[in-house]
This record gives sequence, C-alpha cells and structure tokens, in this order.
Amino acid sequence: MIDPIVVFVLLLGAATPILFAALGELVAERAGVLNLGVEGMMIGGALAGFAVANVTGSTALGFVAAAVAGMALSLIFAALTQYLMSNQVATGLALALFGLGLTAMFGKPYEGLKAPSMMAGPLGLNLMIWLGLIMVPVTWWFLMRSRAGLILRAVGENHDAAHGLGYPVRRVRIGAIAFGGAMAGLGGAYISIATVLQWTEGMTAGAGWIALAIVVFAQWNPWGALAGAWLFGGVTVLQLRLQAAGVALPVQLLSMAPYLATIIVLVAISARQKFGRSGGGATPGSLGQPFHALR
Amino acid sequence: MINRRTLLGSAAALVAASSLPALAQGEKLKIGFIYVGPVGDGGWTFQHDLARQAVEKEYGDKVETTFIESVPEGADAERALTQLALAGNKMIFATSFGFMDATINVAKKFPDIKFEHATGYKRADNVATYDARFYEGRAVIGTIAGRMTKSNKIGYIGSFPIPEVIQGINSAYIHAKKVNPDVEMKVVWVYSWFDPAKEADAAAALIAEGVDVFMQHTDSTAPLAKAQEAGALGFGQASDMSSFAPEPRISSIVDNWAPYYIKRVGQALDGTWKSEATWAGIGDGEVVIGEITDAVPAEVKAEAEALKAKIASGEYHPFTGPLKKQDGSDWLADGQKATDEELSGLNFYVEGITAPMPQ
Repeated sequence: MIDPIVVFVLLLGAATPILFAALGELVAERAGVLNLGVEGMMIGGALAGFAVANVTGSTALGFVAAAVAGMALSLIFAALTQYLMSNQVATGLALALFGLGLTAMFGKPYEGLKAPSMMAGPLGLNLMIWLGLIMVPVTWWFLMRSRAGLILRAVGENHDAAHGLGYPVRRVRIGAIAFGGAMAGLGGAYISIATVLQWTEGMTAGAGWIALAIVVFAQWNPWGALAGAWLFGGVTVLQLRLQAAGVALPVQLLSMAPYLATIIVLVAISARQKFGRSGGGATPGSLGQPFHALR
Repeated sequence: MINRRTLLGSAAALVAASSLPALAQGEKLKIGFIYVGPVGDGGWTFQHDLARQAVEKEYGDKVETTFIESVPEGADAERALTQLALAGNKMIFATSFGFMDATINVAKKFPDIKFEHATGYKRADNVATYDARFYEGRAVIGTIAGRMTKSNKIGYIGSFPIPEVIQGINSAYIHAKKVNPDVEMKVVWVYSWFDPAKEADAAAALIAEGVDVFMQHTDSTAPLAKAQEAGALGFGQASDMSSFAPEPRISSIVDNWAPYYIKRVGQALDGTWKSEATWAGIGDGEVVIGEITDAVPAEVKAEAEALKAKIASGEYHPFTGPLKKQDGSDWLADGQKATDEELSGLNFYVEGITAPMPQ
C-alpha cells in the first residue's frame, strides 16, 4: 500500500533543511556558543537563496548566496556576543525575530515568483540532499578526528583552560558561529528553492527551532543529528502519507513523537549521569557562557 | 511582524493622541484588522487585505485602517485585539475562525467597539459574524476535478477539521462523484492555515498516492508549485493565484470580501450597524469562481459554468438529497436541502468518502 522507498525519498527531502541547520548549530554549540537565532538565519538563507536563484536562474548560485546570507546574519550575533558580551540567549532570540522581520520587508518583490529547477543528482535525489548527507561524516571527522576540531571542542568544554593554553577562544567561536550561519542559510534555501519552490514570508515555519531540538536529541553528535533529522522529517512525511492512504491515526500523537523522544533522551542521559555510569554528559561545559579574557 | 511591533510601541501614544483630538474633529472612523497570516500569503489574508484597501478607497478620508498580520490563533489574538481596541479603533475585523473566543472576550471589555468575526458562530450585541459559502465554489471545482482526473483519485489538503472545511470536502466529493462515479477522494490534514513547507509535503504525499487533481483549503501557493513540478492539477484557493495559470491552476475560488466590508463600514459610518450573521455565496458575489483556463475542455467548462449559474440563481443547493452519511445512515431525503444550522455544525463526511474523519 505504501511504498517504503517512496516514503524514504520524501523523508530525505523533509529532513535535509533541518539536517543542515542542526549540523551547523551543533558545531557552534560544540564551541560553547548557544545561538538560538537558527530560525532567523534560515529564513535569511531562504530569501537570499531564492532571490539569487530566481534572478540568475542558477540554483547553485542561489545556495552560495544563501550560505553567505546566513553567515552574514550569524556574524551580527558573533559581534554582539563575542565582542560586546551580550547575553547569548537574548541575542539569539533577537536574531530569530530580526531575520523574520527583515526578510518580510525585503522579500516583497519576490512574492509570487517561481524557483528554477533543482540540480539533479545520482539516484534521482538532488545534489543538496547528497551534500547534506556528506556533511554528516565530514562534520564528525572534523570534530572528532582533526586537530582543529579538538581545539574547537576544548574551547567549548572549558574556555578558560583553552585560553590558558593559548588558543584563540574568540576567533574559534566566531568561526563556529559563521559555519553555523552558513549551514542554516543552506537549510533555509532548501525550503524555498527545493521544497516550496517559491518565496513566502515566514515560510520556514519553525524549522529552526526543530533544528535546535535535534542538537540536544543528538547529544552534540553529528550522527545523532542525522538520526534526529530523519526522525523529525520522517514523522512529518509518514503522517501525511498515512493520511493520504486513508489510514486512521492520531496525528497529534505522531506529531508529538519526536519531541517526546527528545525528552526521553534527555531523561536517559541525566539518569545515566546520576547513577554514575559515565563521567560528564555530552553537553559542552562552557555552553552559553560568555568568555571574557581576564589577562 | 513589523506591523505588530510598531503597533505595540506606539499603542500608548495612539491612545493619548486619539482620545481628545479624534473626538474634537469627529467623523474619522478608525478600523483595525487582524490577520492570521502575512498579507503576502497570496491567499486568504491577501484577500482580506485587498478588501481593507477597498474600504480605504471607497471612504477615503472618512476612515483610517490599520492591520496586524501573522497573529497566532489563541491567547495572542486577544492581546492583538486589545491593542487595536486601545489604539482607538471603533470597528475591528478578526479574520480567522480561531480568533472566535478571543474576539468575544475582548468585545465584552469594549462594548462601544463594533467587532466583525469571519467564519465563526459566536455573536454578541457588538460582535457580528460573516462567512462565505465556500462550499458553493467547491461544488463547481469539484465538478471540474471529477472530469479532469485520469487516475480517478482526487485529493484535498485540509487545514483543520472544522465545519467550513468539512463542507468543502463533502461538496467537492459529491459533485466530482456526480460526473465521475469512479472517483475517490484522498484527504490530508496539515493542522495549519499557513505552513508552505508542510502544505508542499502534503501535496507531495497526495501525488505519491496517485492523486492527479487536488484542491486545498490552506492559504499558501506552495501546493500549486508542487503540482506544477509533478504535472498534477490544482485550483487557486481564497485568491485567484493566476500566476500558476493555465496549468497547474485550472480554476480558483476567490473570496471577495470587499462588498461586505464596504457595506458594513458604511453602516458603521451612518449608524445603522447592528450585530448579525451573514453567510453570502456565489449569488452575492462574495464567492467568485476564477477563470477556468484552456487546460479544461470546453464542454467541462460549460458544465461547470452551468452549475455555477444554477447555484447563483438559487435554483440548486449543493447539499440536496438523497445523501447519506459516511457510515451509511440517512442524512437528506430525496430533494431535501441541508439547512444552514446543519451545515454550520457539519462534522461528518458523506457516503463514499473512505478517508477517516480525524477525532
């Protein structure tokens, strides 16, 4: 009745935007930066990507523009939190609202236009789906196996110690924030260029917040982010697909499932910590704390 | 977003400014609107905003309008309505079903302000309701969908399982079935009025199920963009969505609120306004069938237009018996027409729709 391959292909499409955004946020959080502005950077990427793709006719250029736009927005956040020491939570929330408002204003001329068609890739999946999948092992390798990744994690784990060892805490964090912004921009552009095929204000409709939940669900591990994106994307696709097939199901329960899973993961982790099976949790030690070098 | 924030900031100033001078110079009626989506949605909210502009054009200096867009249904709506009331608006249009309770609550606190609530059923001395007989339009496009489907599977993207949407699904199915006895109806609920990504996913799910013609009861043009990509057909919803013509958009149901808004504002201006329930349809010009494109064969177009004319003249009611409920029990006897009370509380599918009704 329901072809699992068709569902899987739809799932990959639905998971791609949140996978990009989650991987970017994961790297930023591993460096100790909590950027709640993912939604704002995604919508910025969605508009910039769509606008450039529409004007130039090239989706590739659109995605490049989306990454640049997401990065530009994230650098505002970086300047405020890393140099002016503003509160990361408040600044992140402000960035989310700023992105939504800014794009609503500049997006007016692009309403009602259509996106050029996507770049096809192997197995009938577009190139961005492939890029998203490739970014999982790349991010994992960078964080866990490369020297730069080790420094990044050290900065996130204990910025005072990293600073004491002579690592440039602020620069590492700005780099991580910029990467997070670029990835969020790509994720947003996937929604406007590949999923919805047009620009509408507010079109990311909470995808950025889901990406934030996925990072926690993933316990700051890129493979976990892939699992989380597939879980969230899969539930969306599956419930729509089951409805279309006429299966009676409690949609509310199914929609709730990924969030429930996130809470269960959190409870399981804290239980494990409490009963002493492992040392520290996966949460980066300096997450969300401002760093101010005393000397 | 921007409008809401600006409004919040300037609300206090407006109150101060409006209370004395407005009374002194008199006559300028301030009218507020709250919208569930952005004015740029190209659908539902876009049409309400066109009607707001029509009011400004009609009455010029006599009125002053403001709007707050993207107001979530629920508690936040109450806040937005209160802000409009405090800002000196003497007439407020709340343009989504989910604003119903918020409107009633705020109206109690501001008895001298006239409220107009779209598509709801709760009224008070200062709260009127207005709705459009969208199901009349659904009958026409259901006829076209029944004729145009090659797979004999038509789809419907629903927002929330409320009577207005259920009327639409039933009406579309009944009339598709009349012209194509083999037709099947697939229904997907997205539980949102405006979520382009989810609407697109819903369209993709229907297409994957073999649906080749579908209708939508959500506000964005995303499903049509998806239809275009997949070679399926669809209809403009709420707004004409003519940028997708001639295919995939083969016709549309346009909500034309302007005549109603102009009439009611006029009544507020000359003091004849009173709370009432209005439910206008094709015959009143409130529900308009958009151009049927050349992608539709001439005889199908003629058939749809004949049906439209019969509905407009009142000769035919889309819910005319014999009709049974989904479970096979009797609903309307031969020739019997559904009453407005029955329709405004409609919570079941008609016989033949196999999709389950969400609980």
